[in-house]
Amino acid sequence: MVNYNAIELMIIAAARLLENGSTVAVGTGAPCAAAMLAQKTQAPDLIIAFESGGLAPLLPVMPISVGDSRSFHRALMAGSMSEIMEICQRGLMDYTFLGGAQIDPYGNLNSTLIGDYEKPKVRFPGSGGADDLASFCWRTLIIIPHSRKRFVNKLDFLTTPGYLNGPGAREAAGLPRGCGPYRVISDLGAMSFDQETKRMQVESLHPGVSYEQVQQSTAFEIPRARNMGETTPPDKTELRILREEIDPYRYVIGR
Amino acid sequence: MSNLRAGIGPLFMSPDTEATRELFRKKNKALTNKLMSVKEAVERFVKDGDYLGSGGFGTNRIATAALHEILRQRKRNLGFAGHTATHDFQILAAGNMNGAKLLSRVDLAYIIGLEARGLSPHSRRVVESGELEVCEWTNYALACRLRAAAAGIPFLPSYTMLGTDTFRFSAAKEIECPFTRRKLVALPALNPDVSVIHVHEADSYGNCRIGGITVADPDLARASKRVIITTERIVSTDEIRSAPQATVIPALCVDAVCEVPFGSYPGNMPGEYFSDEEHLRQWLEVEKDVAAFSAFLKKYIYDVPDFESYLQLCGGMNRIAKLRALELLVPGREKDGQL
Repeated sequence: MVNYNAIELMIIAAARLLENGSTVAVGTGAPCAAAMLAQKTQAPDLIIAFESGGLAPLLPVMPISVGDSRSFHRALMAGSMSEIMEICQRGLMDYTFLGGAQIDPYGNLNSTLIGDYEKPKVRFPGSGGADDLASFCWRTLIIIPHSRKRFVNKLDFLTTPGYLNGPGAREAAGLPRGCGPYRVISDLGAMSFDQETKRMQVESLHPGVSYEQVQQSTAFEIPRARNMGETTPPDKTELRILREEIDPYRYVIGR
Repeated sequence: MSNLRAGIGPLFMSPDTEATRELFRKKNKALTNKLMSVKEAVERFVKDGDYLGSGGFGTNRIATAALHEILRQRKRNLGFAGHTATHDFQILAAGNMNGAKLLSRVDLAYIIGLEARGLSPHSRRVVESGELEVCEWTNYALACRLRAAAAGIPFLPSYTMLGTDTFRFSAAKEIECPFTRRKLVALPALNPDVSVIHVHEADSYGNCRIGGITVADPDLARASKRVIITTERIVSTDEIRSAPQATVIPALCVDAVCEVPFGSYPGNMPGEYFSDEEHLRQWLEVEKDVAAFSAFLKKYIYDVPDFESYLQLCGGMNRIAKLRALELLVPGREKDGQL
C-alpha cells in the first residue's frame, strides 16, 4: 500500500480522465499538474493550452502563472488570449480544467464573492477565463475540495456556467450545444452528472471513503450513480512522476 | 427575439467609435522620436480621471516602471481594465490608501488574486470597502472589447457570459444574430485613454516587438487613445525594417518610448528573467498590516526617484543574474525563486 495525500489523489484521479490526442485548457495549480501528469503517462500527445496564449507547450516544470514563460516553453505556438479562447469557441477544445470557491448541484461555479454583491463578505478574483472556458469547451472538469461550505445548494454568485438550472437551460441561455460539466473531482470522490436531471451524482468513492461521508459533506442531496464504484488508488509510477518531475518543490501537492 | 437581457453594471467608456476616429485623425502619424523618461511620459500622457490599460499578464511582461511612476505622481480617480491583473493591480491599488484614491472604477475579470501565490490583502481591502465602482467581465470579454475598439467598431459578439451572474453584473447586452437568430452577447468596444505596455524591443518611433505570447497587447495598443511603451532595449529603425513581420505594435499607435531594462521586474520577462517570487511574497506579506505596507511603499516607491533605484534596492544586477538563470533553466539554479 502506497501513501499519498488528498491533493495527490485528486490530481492523479483527474489526470486519468484526459485521453491521448485530446485538447485541454488549464489553469495553474492542481489542474495544470493533472494535465502534466496525463502528458507524462497515458496521454503523451495531449495538447495543453493556456488562456494567455501558449499552445502545446512541453512544460519543463509547473508554471506559477498561467502566463509565465513556462506556459509556452517549447510550445507549438505563442499566441494571444483571443487566439486560445477562439480555439475553444470554435469547438476545438475537448476539456477545460477549473476550480472554484463554491459549486452547486448543476456544476455551476462561484469564484467571485461570498455574501451579497453590494456588500460582499469576501471578494475573490472573479471569472478570469473560467466563465469563457466553461462556456466554450466541450467538457468541464472541476477540482474542488469537499465540504458543505463549498458544495452548496445555491451559489452566492454564479460566475461560471454548469448546467445552470437543469436540462436544456444552457441551450435556452444561448450557450453552444452539447457542452457542460463532466466530472467533479474532490478529496472524497469523483462526481458525474445525471443525463436526465443534469444534477451531480457520486460516480466513484475514493479509497476508504463511504457514500455517507460524501452526503454529509454536501449541502444538497447527492445520489449514487447507477454503477457507483471505487476510485483506483494512485500507483507508484503516478506518484513518482507527480512528486519528482512535476512538483518537486511541492507547492501544489503540499509541503 | 423577445426577452433579450442587458447587464446592470456601469459602462465606464463610450463605445462610440466615431468619437475615437476623430481623435485618431488628429494624432501625430509622422515618424518622430518619442524617446523620453518614464517620469516625463507619465507626466505628459496620464491625466487624473483617465481610464488606464495595463499590458502583459499580471506578473508577466508588465510595465512596472510606468505603474510605479503613476503611483509616485499620485494620479487620481483612474479607471482600469483588469483582465488577469495581479501584480499590476496590486501596485495601482496601493494608491488607494490613507485617504488617497488613485483608482475609482474598474472593469474587472480577475483582480485581487496573484494566481497560485494567493490573494492580495490590500487589494481585497480596497475592493471590499466599496470605494471602487466595479463592473464584472471575463478575460475573453475584455479581450473582445479591446479587439472591437482596435477594429474601430462598437462591439464584438461572443457566446461568453450567457446565463451567469457575471453577465448580470456586466454592462454587456444580449443580441440576436441577424443570420442564425442565435442569442449572443454584445461586448462594447473599450478605448482606454492611456495604456502602459512593456515590450522586448522598440525603436525610437515606437515600433515594437514582443517575444512570446502577446496576451491582448497588440489590441490594447490599437484601442488606446495614448500609449506609453517601456522597452527592455531600443533597437534601430533599420533593425525594425529588416524584419517587419516581427513588429506587433506599429509606431502609429505609440506616444512615448521609454528604455527600461528589466522593466517587468518583479514580473517575468520571457527569455530575459523569471519573476522574483521572493519579492512578490514579501509584498503580499507586508500588505497584511497597513502601517507596514505604507513604510514598504515609502521605501521602495515614493522615496526613490525612478525604477532603476527600486531595482537597486531589490538586489540590482546580482538579483537579475539569478532570475535570468532561473528563466533560462540553467542547470543547478532551478530552486532559486520557487514559491
